[in-house]
Amino acid sequence: MSKRNTSLTCILCPMSCMLELTMEDERVIQVSGNNCKLGPAYAEKEMINPTRILTTTVEIEGARISRLPVKTQEEIPKSMILACMREISRIKVKAPIRSGEVVLENVAGTGVNVVATRDLH
Amino acid sequence: MKPADVAVIGGGPGGMAAAIAAKRAGAKRVLILERDSDLGGILPQCIHDGFGTFIMRERLTGPEYADHYKYLVADSGVECLLNTTVLEIDEDRTILAVNPDEGMLTVKSQAVILAMGCRERTRFQLLIPGTRPAGVFTAGAVQRLVNIEGYLPGKRAVILGSGDIGLIMARRLKLEGVEVEGVYEILPQPSGLTRNVVQCLHDYDIPLYLEHTITMIHGKKRVEGVTVSRVDAGRKPIPGSQRFVSCDTVVLSVGLIPENELSEKIGIMMDPVTGGPLVDEWMETSNAGIFACGNVLNVYDLVDYVTYTGETAGQGAARYIKGQLPERHPVRVNAGPGIRLVVPQQVTPARVVDPFSLYLRVEEARSNVRIAVKSGDMIIARRRERAVKPPEMIRLIISPERLKEAAEGEGLLVELVDEGGAAR
Repeated sequence: MSKRNTSLTCILCPMSCMLELTMEDERVIQVSGNNCKLGPAYAEKEMINPTRILTTTVEIEGARISRLPVKTQEEIPKSMILACMREISRIKVKAPIRSGEVVLENVAGTGVNVVATRDLH
Repeated sequence: MKPADVAVIGGGPGGMAAAIAAKRAGAKRVLILERDSDLGGILPQCIHDGFGTFIMRERLTGPEYADHYKYLVADSGVECLLNTTVLEIDEDRTILAVNPDEGMLTVKSQAVILAMGCRERTRFQLLIPGTRPAGVFTAGAVQRLVNIEGYLPGKRAVILGSGDIGLIMARRLKLEGVEVEGVYEILPQPSGLTRNVVQCLHDYDIPLYLEHTITMIHGKKRVEGVTVSRVDAGRKPIPGSQRFVSCDTVVLSVGLIPENELSEKIGIMMDPVTGGPLVDEWMETSNAGIFACGNVLNVYDLVDYVTYTGETAGQGAARYIKGQLPERHPVRVNAGPGIRLVVPQQVTPARVVDPFSLYLRVEEARSNVRIAVKSGDMIIARRRERAVKPPEMIRLIISPERLKEAAEGEGLLVELVDEGGAAR
C-alpha cells in the first residue's frame, strides 16, 4: 500500500476551499482544509468519478428571446459533457415553457434529464 | 408627478431585494424603476450555476435566482416601471425619468435606494494599441450574445483578463465549439474566484497565462490576431517577449466599475477606494433618506451579498420614512494594514439592531491570518482564516452588543494580523 498526498480546490461554493488529501492506492483516506462537511464527499467523488452540472441554452420559438437556458437536473460524469452538448444542441423548444420543465430526457444515455431554468412565455 | 414612499433605481438582484424588504418592513408605495424590459439585471444571461449557495443553500443558475425574486416582487405588490431610465435625482428625492409610454416623468419619493449595479471596463479605458476592427467584445456582451440572442462572436477567441465573467465565458465558448486560445492576465494571480479557474479553465484545458497582456490588436475590418507580451513586476511589457496569436475575437474581462453617475449628480459622498457611495449600517448614504445597495457600492463577487445589502437598504428606507431611524453619530470604519476596502465605511453603533455585516477585501494573498476589528485597544470581532485572497470577499458579522461596547466617538479599525503560521 502506498500513501500519497495531493490537493484539490473544492468548487461546490465560492469559498473555494483548498482541500488536502491523503490517498492510499486509489482511495481517499483523509481530507483536511474543508470549511464544511461537503468537502470530504466532494474530494472523494472528484478523485474517483468527477461529475458536473452542465448548463447551456437551447433554441426557443415564440418567446421574446431566442435562447432558453437549461441545465442537467443532476450532475453528469465530466467525461460525458461534450456528448451531452452535442445532443442538447439539436433540440428546439416552443414557448411557453416553465422553469424546471424537462426539455430532453436521459441525455446521452446518462440517465439524467435536461430541464429549463427560466420561465419563458 | 407620481408619489412614492420608496423608489428603487434598478431592478437587478440588489434592487429587487431592497424593494421586497422595504415593502415587508411596512413601506406602502414601493416603486422599482428599471431601464431594461425585464427585472433581473445581469442574472438572466448568467446561465451557469453557483448562485445562492448561502441564501438558498443550493446552487441555482442566474435565471433561476432572478425568477425567484421576480415572483417575490410580483407577489409583494411592488410596482415596476420597466423600460424606464432615470436621468436625475435631486436632493429632495425628486426623480426625473424617461420611458417610451409616458415620455418624461417625475417621481417624488420619501426615500430613494440606489441599485444601479456596475458596468464593464472597455478596451478604450485600457488604451490597448492597434487598429479598431470588429471582434473586440467585453465578456458580458459576449455572454448576452451567446446566452440570450443566440449568436457566437467568432471562431477563435483570445480572452484578456481573468475576471469571473471572462473565465465563465472561456468555458461557455469552448462548449459551443469556439476555439479558446488562452486567457491572458496581467497580474501574477487570477482575478476571478479560484473555483472558476478550476471548473472553467482546468476542466477544459484552457491555458491561463499570468503576467501577460495584449500589447497590440491587429486587423482591418475584423480582428486578425493580437500581439501578447510578458510583463515585468511593474506591469510593463518585457521587450523581446512578444508573440503573435491568430484569432478573430478578443474578449475583455478586465474589471467592473460601479455605475454612479446618478449618485455623483446628487452630490452624495463617495469612497475613492470602492468607487461607490459611502454608506452606514442601514446602507444610508451621506444624504439622509438616500440609500444604496449591491454593486453600486463596490463589486461583490457573490449575488448573495448583493441581496443581503439590498435587504438592509430596504429595511433602512422603510424605517426612515416611518421616522424610526435615530439620529446619526457615525464613526468611521477604517481599512487598516492588509485591508484594501471595507463596506460599510461608517457606523452609528446605537442604530444597529441586527447582526452587523462588514464586507472587506484584502490587499494581497496571505495565509494563516487573523482579521481583527478594533476600537482603540479593544477587539470587538476577530476571525482566523487559513488563506485570504483579494478576489474573494470576506463577510464578517459583528453582534450589535459587541458593537455598542465600542468606544463612543472612536473609529473602528479592521486589520489583518499574522498568526505566525501557528496551527489553530
